[in-house]
Amino acid sequence: MKKFTLSATVAVSLAFFAGTASAQVTDALVVDGTAISTSAPASDWLDIDQVLSGWSFRTVETRALQTDDFDNPGMIFVDQAIDDWNTADGTEGKSCASCHTNGPEEFAGLRAELPRWDEEQGMLMNMEDYINLSRVEHMGAEPWKWAKPRMNAMVALLSLQSRGMEINVAIDGPVADTWEQGREIYYTRVGQLDMSCANCHEDNYGNMIRADHLSQGQINGFPTYRLKNAKLNSTQGRFSGCMKNIRAEPFAVGSEEFRALELYVASRGNGLSVESPSVRN
Amino acid sequence: MQFTRRDTLVMGAGAAVATFMPLQVFADATEDVSAEFAMGEAITDGGVELTAPEIAENGNTVPISVNAPGAIAVLILATGNPSPKVIGFNFGPRAGGQTASTRCRLAGTQDVVALAKMADGSVKRASATVKVTIGGCGG
Amino acid sequence: MADNVKPRVRVPRSAAAGEAFEIKTLISHKMESGQRKDSDGNPIPRSIINHFSCDFNGENVIQAALEGAISTNPYIQFEASIEESGTFTFTWQDDDGSEYTDSKDITVG
Repeated sequence: MKKFTLSATVAVSLAFFAGTASAQVTDALVVDGTAISTSAPASDWLDIDQVLSGWSFRTVETRALQTDDFDNPGMIFVDQAIDDWNTADGTEGKSCASCHTNGPEEFAGLRAELPRWDEEQGMLMNMEDYINLSRVEHMGAEPWKWAKPRMNAMVALLSLQSRGMEINVAIDGPVADTWEQGREIYYTRVGQLDMSCANCHEDNYGNMIRADHLSQGQINGFPTYRLKNAKLNSTQGRFSGCMKNIRAEPFAVGSEEFRALELYVASRGNGLSVESPSVRN
Repeated sequence: MQFTRRDTLVMGAGAAVATFMPLQVFADATEDVSAEFAMGEAITDGGVELTAPEIAENGNTVPISVNAPGAIAVLILATGNPSPKVIGFNFGPRAGGQTASTRCRLAGTQDVVALAKMADGSVKRASATVKVTIGGCGG
Repeated sequence: MADNVKPRVRVPRSAAAGEAFEIKTLISHKMESGQRKDSDGNPIPRSIINHFSCDFNGENVIQAALEGAISTNPYIQFEASIEESGTFTFTWQDDDGSEYTDSKDITVG
């Protein structure tokens, strides 16, 4: 049941966008011949029945861009990451390839589980954490900043290795408290517009917000190439953008709050497939 | 649904912002560029196919394609952009067809025009209206 | 030379003589249109890929004159048709004078 809780000035739809190209689809996404499902039954702790990939909410032309690895503009950045993968950096004179001799393919399956608790590290780890862990400890190199092009490209390269795999993020055990924290953030109204993530992405997905077709806010496709800024965008970079859009002071990228939120939001997509790098508006 | 006066104003302003362009200025520029391309020939409709989305999800990256059998050159114009020329193609002897696709930037809702110069010098035209949307929450 | 400018092309490995086939090209380039202003209000000068050309065994397939309205990371798709095996060469020219190239072999069969 969708409740109409957005303030009227924000939620008004422009009449001429009703129907036609803004309808949400349920087609399968076929990438270079391989079918990837874009919907799945929602986890039982969710108030919605079905989880839907953001892909299904975009226009025909935007969806088409993701069906071909040449047409997908995000793949240019994956190419750049492959160059970085093969380039030595840091005091040890090593590149990623020096140790990961079987290539980025070694990371198949990782993206589908992130963020996840790492016993050895004793913390909740994201792809960015793993990348910087190796850079600093194994390569003797400077850590890369999160949500910046080089890091986003490498996260995309490693996430691509799990494309098509089912998102399966753990929400219990050592991460249970963090997950609860993330859930609370998701449902807390903030900012001048006094809105929570849920107001748009749970209560109003499928509706238009001005000229935008609201999705469920799933992150199975991140890092995503956005047509809007013609580059890869990270999850927490997007969280930050969303918070600014509702005129709230965003949490810092890499902060405890965004880590908790990312864990929670990732788990809402359990059952969907990894689509990284996806193409969105 | 009941609209308050404020809602109606917001809707109207939003729609106006999305569609208002100083059309006369841009129309002149388009005319000049078209005349330059046509080199004195009359421009007639038909004979060239222009494919563009009805609604562009983002004006930054709008896929367009043109197909003009028999053409030696094609010029694509965005009549509502500050500068109308988008791209010009010249087809060589190894072209498999007089067809090309690209991605362009559109500053707002406008007509995109394709002009095709045929081997006999005649110039054909096709036009497509593309609605360019402004994002949802300003994001 | 602009940073990080990398071409990519997709050409089939073989084609039938005389039959049209698709070629896709992309080059990573910011395409600064000249329309934007910086935070002080000063116009940011144009800096784009302004020309693209594809040749096969010395004969031209297509040439394109690009303007600032072409999106970041210019994408151009077109058709070619060949009678013998050989090499496609692709050339992009930058406002700053640089030239970027790529090439792909193809067999007729």
